[in-house]
Order: sequence, then structure tokens, then C-alpha cells
Amino acid sequence: MKINSPRSLQRIVISLVVIGLIALALGGYFQPVNTLFQRLTVDIQTWFSNRYLALVDFLTVPRDVVSLRQRNAELEAEVAQLQTEVITLQQKVADVEILSALLEFARANPQYSYTGATVIGRDPSPFYRYVIVDVGSNNGILPGMPVVTNRGLVGRVDAVIAEAARVQLITDSASAVNVRLQASNTEAMLLGSVTGDLSLDMIPQDATVQPGDIILTSGLGGVYPPNLLVGQVVSVRKLEYELFQQASVQPNVDFSRLQFVLIITDFKPVDIAPLIPTPGP
Amino acid sequence: MRTFFTLLILFAAAISLQLSVISRIQLLSGNADLVFVILAAVSLQERARSMLWWSIGLGWLMGNISATPWYIFVGAYLLGTAIARLLARRVWQAPLLALLSVTLVGVFLLHGLTFVYRVLFETALSFTEVFSQVILPSLLLNLLIAIVLYPLLRDLIERLYPLEV
Repeated sequence: MKINSPRSLQRIVISLVVIGLIALALGGYFQPVNTLFQRLTVDIQTWFSNRYLALVDFLTVPRDVVSLRQRNAELEAEVAQLQTEVITLQQKVADVEILSALLEFARANPQYSYTGATVIGRDPSPFYRYVIVDVGSNNGILPGMPVVTNRGLVGRVDAVIAEAARVQLITDSASAVNVRLQASNTEAMLLGSVTGDLSLDMIPQDATVQPGDIILTSGLGGVYPPNLLVGQVVSVRKLEYELFQQASVQPNVDFSRLQFVLIITDFKPVDIAPLIPTPGP
Repeated sequence: MRTFFTLLILFAAAISLQLSVISRIQLLSGNADLVFVILAAVSLQERARSMLWWSIGLGWLMGNISATPWYIFVGAYLLGTAIARLLARRVWQAPLLALLSVTLVGVFLLHGLTFVYRVLFETALSFTEVFSQVILPSLLLNLLIAIVLYPLLRDLIERLYPLEV
């Protein structure tokens, strides 16, 4: 082997350089270069990876949009269904609240027997303030029976068929209820009107009536039981030259939102017509 | 027979809607009479038959449901239908105008008769209050319903009574 041949010399130099580099690397002298290299490599790799994923996204997005739209439609349908259920449940909760209030009223007034009824319609004529309820003679309902809610007096049964009954509200213009002002213990007459407003008439001039006075049924005339809440006085009209005072009344029952009522079934209205004297010949 | 059953279903639906929905929609103290508006619309069709019988039947039914005496509904519906039949032969070029006219006359007839009955036999009412609070608002609601229902009823009536060519 010839050491001084150019090829052998080249090998020796390369070997020395490699050994030197390894020695330098093992000695930690290449750390900054190594770090720079790694960072460069990672950056390049990241760049390529991001571009690749973007390309994959670009190629697969249309299919995802279709599935997303489908899923969105499904979810929207589900939301609509749930909203419907929520509204139904809210309605049921409102119904239950009214019914439990009616039940409480019935428990608080155990002297009467009640039959619950749902309001299913209103009189088609605007001249008449009547409602139609879903119980009739098959349920033991008779004409003249008083109708109440937990908030107070509603009216009385006017006509009955087998499965339904027509109830005259106290707001009807032909309705007249004998009432009593709780504060002054004064008798008066509660009258309806064609507009549905209530007024008090026949209040004696010497009676003290004030806005806010509670009005209860008096039981006179035998049409309604006594001590049923009706409403309260809103304003009083007292004129010296008139025989009686008058007052406008705010009913306790909201007649525009009447849904459920209680019919007092064991109250027998008294017909006092034969006792009223008729003009003789 | 098909016409009869279609009208039967139509009027049954109208009565149900009237009691449950339309009677609750009030303008002041007035409300609309859907049954009469539909009766008038069908009666204005020249080829419609037996409408006077329908008016009697519907009037009797409404009168029995309502606290209003049945003969007031029958009288008002019968007169309204008779006027509609009369107009059907004379104002056929303007059916909407005819419908509005019959509605107007029908409302005045029904409410006028009811007012007279209540004053005579039931309770004292102030005419000015009734006119401003009940009759005029009811008239307005009925006319509005007639205008809204007219296109729907026209299509239905054309199907019920097709032109004979």
C-alpha cells in the first residue's frame, strides 16, 4: 500500500475530517447548528403539513357542507318540535294552575257541590254576553245553577242540552244581581251592559261607598248564593237630586279569558215570580 | 249531492269557528258573523240553488245556539239571502261589491232586529251606545271578513257551480 498516493491521501483526510466532526459533535460544538437545522426542518415540515391539510379540507369540504346542512335541518326540526312541546307544556301548566286554583276554591267553600266545566264557545251575537260550557243535563246541570271561578261570580246557567249548557254572564245587559257592599253592609243591584261593563245601582243615598269597596252577592232574590265575590267599586256617582247612588265596578273575573268554571250544582234557585204582585183588573 | 255535502262541511266549520274564535275577536263590543258572510257569498252565485232553505236551517241553528231567539236569526238570514239572490241577477258584474252590500244590509237587519227584541222584551238599551259600540264595529269586522274571504270563497264557489259551456 502506497501512503503517498493521491487517492490514499484523500481517504486519510476525509477520515480525519469525519473523525474530527464526530469528535466536535460529541463535544457539543455543533449544538447551535443542530438547533438551527432542527428549527428549519420543523418549519418546513409544518408548512408542508398545513398546505396538505388545507388541500384535503378544500377537497372534502363540499361533502361536509351537504352533511352539515342535513344535520342543521334535522336540528332545526328538532328545535321546532321542542318549541312546540314547550308551548304545549306551558299551556298545560297554565291550565293546571287554573284548575288547582278552582280546586282550592272548592275546598275552601265546602258548603257547595261543584261540577267543573270548560268554556267551549261564546254567543255568536254581540248583544248577548253568554258562554257555552261542555257539561249539560247528562252531568246533572240544570237551568239557574250559579257559575263561579276561584276569582268570583261568573253568572248562571241559562239553557241546557244533554252535553252542553249556555251560561249568562253577569256582564250581560239583561243580568241583574243582588249584591252587598262588604264595608258598609249596604244592599245594591249589580247591572251588566251591552259593552260588558258592570255598574252598581240602587245604592241608598246615605250609604258610604268608596272606591275599592268589595262587592259580594247578597243572596236576596234567591238567584245566587250569598257571599260570592263579585268585584270592587272603581268610582262612585252621587247626585243630590237622584234617589240612589251609582258606581262603576271592576269585576274580579276576567271574562275575556274565561277557560274553566265551576257550576254549583246543589244550589236551588228560588223562583219568586209568583210572589210579585201583578196589577189587578 | 257533492255540493250539498261540501256546503254542509263548510257551514259546520264556519259555525265552529264562529263560536270558538270569531266571537272572541271583538272590536269595541262588536264581532263578525262568519256564517252570514259565507251564506251571502254562496247565495250571490247565480247558479246556487236552495239557498233560502240553507238560510232557514242556518238561522234556526244559530238561533238555538245563541241566546237570541231563533226567529230573529232566521228572519235576518232569510232576508239577507233573498237580497243576495236578487242582487245576483242584477249586479253580477261586480260580485265583491254585491257581497259587501249584502253583508252591510245583513248586519243592519240582524242587529236591528236583535236590538228591537232586547229593548221590547228584555232590557233597556241606549241606541246611540249600541250603534257606536256594537253595530258599527260589527259592520266593519264583517266587511273586513268579506273582503278577506272573497277570493277563497270565489274559488270554492266556482268549483261547486262550474260554468256550463
